[in-house]
Amino acid sequence: MKKKSYSQNQIVIPPATQRRFYGHGIPGVELDELVGKLIAVEGADGSGRSTQIARLVEWLETSGHATVQVGLKRSTLVSEELERAQEGNILSRTTLSLFYATDFADQLENIILPALKAGFIVLADRYIYTLMARDMVRGMDEGWLKNVYGIAPVPDAVFYLSIEAEELVQRNLSKNATLDYWESGMDIGLSRDVFDSFVEYQTKMQSAFRKLQKSYGFTIVDGNRSVDDINQELRKKISGVLAGK
Amino acid sequence: MKTFAELNFPGRLIAVEGLDGSGKSTQIYLLKRWLEAEGARVYFSEWNSSEIVKSATSKGKKRELLTPTTFSLIHATDFADRYERHLLPLLRAGYIVLCDRYIFTAYARDVVRGCPPAWVRGLYNFAARPDLTFFFKADLEVSLNRILDGRPKLKFFEAGMDMRLSADPYESFRIFQGRVLEQYLAMSTEFNFFVMDANQRVEAQQGIVRQIVSQRIDLARFKRKSFLPLPPSTPPDKKLVEGDDENEA
Repeated sequence: MKKKSYSQNQIVIPPATQRRFYGHGIPGVELDELVGKLIAVEGADGSGRSTQIARLVEWLETSGHATVQVGLKRSTLVSEELERAQEGNILSRTTLSLFYATDFADQLENIILPALKAGFIVLADRYIYTLMARDMVRGMDEGWLKNVYGIAPVPDAVFYLSIEAEELVQRNLSKNATLDYWESGMDIGLSRDVFDSFVEYQTKMQSAFRKLQKSYGFTIVDGNRSVDDINQELRKKISGVLAGK
Repeated sequence: MKTFAELNFPGRLIAVEGLDGSGKSTQIYLLKRWLEAEGARVYFSEWNSSEIVKSATSKGKKRELLTPTTFSLIHATDFADRYERHLLPLLRAGYIVLCDRYIFTAYARDVVRGCPPAWVRGLYNFAARPDLTFFFKADLEVSLNRILDGRPKLKFFEAGMDMRLSADPYESFRIFQGRVLEQYLAMSTEFNFFVMDANQRVEAQQGIVRQIVSQRIDLARFKRKSFLPLPPSTPPDKKLVEGDDENEA
């Protein structure tokens, strides 16, 4: 019987690339020190984001890369308060928007930037684009949003998992037997009917993303395919990033 | 940046700005008492007092979790909450709104903490300009002594300790306040501050405040016509003594 040996593939050391912030950035940060890589995956609930990220982590760590994950509403500073405020739906739109920005900034400074400095691959389960798209759908000024999120470093790759609203309905119902209040945009008052509201809101979100895509140039991924097919596409692009392309 | 009058709001907003210990809170409190007694529709709102945001701010301050960026954003969140839920509707309803600190506090402090000025101003560009802004200009030493005499224990962020200006909180506080003062003075003309000599006696200052307010604002328009009580201020019971916002636990 042939003895199975461990694979000893060469571990790729990603070369440092030129990094920049979208706008004013964070005071006192040395961009050259941020040698890790930042990958963002965007998409609605039910688009397969979490599944894809879990697979990417598996693959990256097996290939010898250290990873760390961030996402929305996960900061030490404001996540609990943000959750509580959302439950009561008591915040006005600018307030909610700035609360989310605070949540993002806290993770940016305490997790993302230190991890990039330590050479980690940071996987963002949604990044500033979701936050911006949500606010744009709620009528907020795009210029104002761009200034607020000018603190964000430009990721090495951004994927947007695009899925038709009707398919999202099916996936969300199959998973939770209900449609989430916020993911249905019920706060905007598009329709009193949660089903209609969900479809209309998600359609609006998609056009906001397409609008943002024009200025931020991220990769739109057809999310209607199999998990494996999508993951292959993401890996191919990320391999390129790791090779310094 | 337009004032509420220029935006055709029926209400008017009066703000006070100045260093901790400049006496501005005492003065706006006395202004409020006068307007109330005169039967005006008046509402008072203090910097950093939104109930919803407060728990996050205090946690951040207590555990020293705040960076210049999150410090700035969380105060902007607090301001936006008060602005959208209280200030705007009250100004639409024809109230005189009194603000103990307004966006200029952020313009000054956040920039001293190292945030880019254009970014900070952009954060607050949803807010209109006050119809009247009093800046209480006291000698730096006078303000410092008022704070340092009365309350010898300085809190971490209040003293600007996050900026590592000095290992000594008192020295750090002095440097920090000095820099904030410079920022205020630099924007005084741009935002048309009414500069008050805050080294004068309380009564002398209040006399000027009331005179300027009656000159600039047609107070007769703000007389209460109904017997409805005045709305509760934020925070609810305001002390006569300068209640420093950064010191709120």
